[in-house]
Amino acid sequence: MDEFTTTRNNHLIDPSLHIWGWEISVYLFLGGLVAGMMIISGYFLYRERHKQFITSCTVAPLLGIVLLSLGMFALFLDLEHKLYTWRMYTTFQPASPMSWGAWILLLVYPALFAMVLIRLPHFVPQKLDFLFKWSDYINENRKVRQYIGIANMAVGTGLGIYTGILLSSFGARPLWNSSILGILFLASGLSAASALVHMIAKDREESRLLARADNLFILFEILILGMFIINLLSSTSVHIEAAQILLTGSYAPAFWIFLVGLGLIIPLIIQSLAVSHMIKHTPIAPILVMAGGLVLRFIIVNAGLLSHWTKKAFLE
Amino acid sequence: MARFGMVIDTKKCVGCMDCVVACKTENKVPEGFNRDWIATDSKGTFPDIHMQIRTERCNQCDNPPCVYCCPCGASHIHELGGVVLVHHDKCSGCKACMAACPYDARFVHPEGYADKCTFCIHRVEQGLNPACVSVCPTYCMYFGDFDDPNSEVNKLLNSRKHTALIPEAGTKPQIYYLD
Repeated sequence: MDEFTTTRNNHLIDPSLHIWGWEISVYLFLGGLVAGMMIISGYFLYRERHKQFITSCTVAPLLGIVLLSLGMFALFLDLEHKLYTWRMYTTFQPASPMSWGAWILLLVYPALFAMVLIRLPHFVPQKLDFLFKWSDYINENRKVRQYIGIANMAVGTGLGIYTGILLSSFGARPLWNSSILGILFLASGLSAASALVHMIAKDREESRLLARADNLFILFEILILGMFIINLLSSTSVHIEAAQILLTGSYAPAFWIFLVGLGLIIPLIIQSLAVSHMIKHTPIAPILVMAGGLVLRFIIVNAGLLSHWTKKAFLE
Repeated sequence: MARFGMVIDTKKCVGCMDCVVACKTENKVPEGFNRDWIATDSKGTFPDIHMQIRTERCNQCDNPPCVYCCPCGASHIHELGGVVLVHHDKCSGCKACMAACPYDARFVHPEGYADKCTFCIHRVEQGLNPACVSVCPTYCMYFGDFDDPNSEVNKLLNSRKHTALIPEAGTKPQIYYLD
């Protein structure tokens, strides 16, 4: 017999930790997606492909502002002391990934805005002539465009990695306790962003290039996911038990069917056939990739909350 | 510099919950929440059974992840005795500290901020023991300064076999349980 009882029954804590709901998973997904979009658009701008790849360099940054704002709104919904949100911006805590994230998010908006300036959307009123002047200035200066491209790639990488490091810094949750999560979420963000831009791109070359890139990102993500699992399985007993939540435990159906199967392998097969001209490009693969990215965040957040240094009951 | 901590004699604890009631009364802990609680750990097969009853709370760690992860600087280490506290008016309720605590010792106060055991710092500053220690009918709880080699808590640790909860999490908990 090995029995443990406690008189504690705190809300959000017992019987198992459930402090974060859908808001955090959605925020991490949208943050990763926008990070991927910033890296892709930044790269194309740096390579001076912005006139041809309009979706990547014009639509994606604008969409990025909207999606990130939605993600931040989800994050705001999760806060329990909402009137004190501004406190995050009265200090910088170097040991806190959440503090880094709060400040990185402030850098993301100007970087995305600079990208939008390259080709201002039609709905921008003419009386905001200073915007058009800035736009002309950027379009006349190659160096400035390259700096904007580099800034988007750098901030996007920071944003993508931070969403994973945020979780991995919580040593109390064995499932999260691996910095590989930073790279895993970055790879997933790049994959989802490529899928989204590939799906909505009007330029054929742009769309096909991003489908090919997405295949590479999916392969990279599978590799990193495998390393993440190996890392857990080769660690202590609590880390092995944490891995088992995904592999054979309560999250195994979601992990194998919705993440590995429908979120990674099947879209990779469909997209590989499409890239090889064996079947037509359809929105099925990119939608599966994006859904897989969302499922990844849901699984990692929720299974991570279940993993613990002492409780073994969660496996049953 | 003082380093406050507790030593709890599990041979004396009977799980009466006086410490729990004292804490709720002293700190006006809202209904449905606890800053301290009673854990019962049973191991073995009849007739070789071992049961440990112990009172648990925030371990006031020396390496507190809840302080390091806080984006607002609300979780902090108090200058008196290294006690981990929360500035209620700085906390955004992000719950990072709750994710970071291997003991699940924190909770969200109904007013929105993260709450936890304070070692009754308001009493300690007046030279009193924390409320839970002061009411224990079996005198199983000892509060003191681990930096003072002559303190009662250090003498107990030097003379009795003891353990801390989940030391492998690396947070250096400052509550010890005498076996």
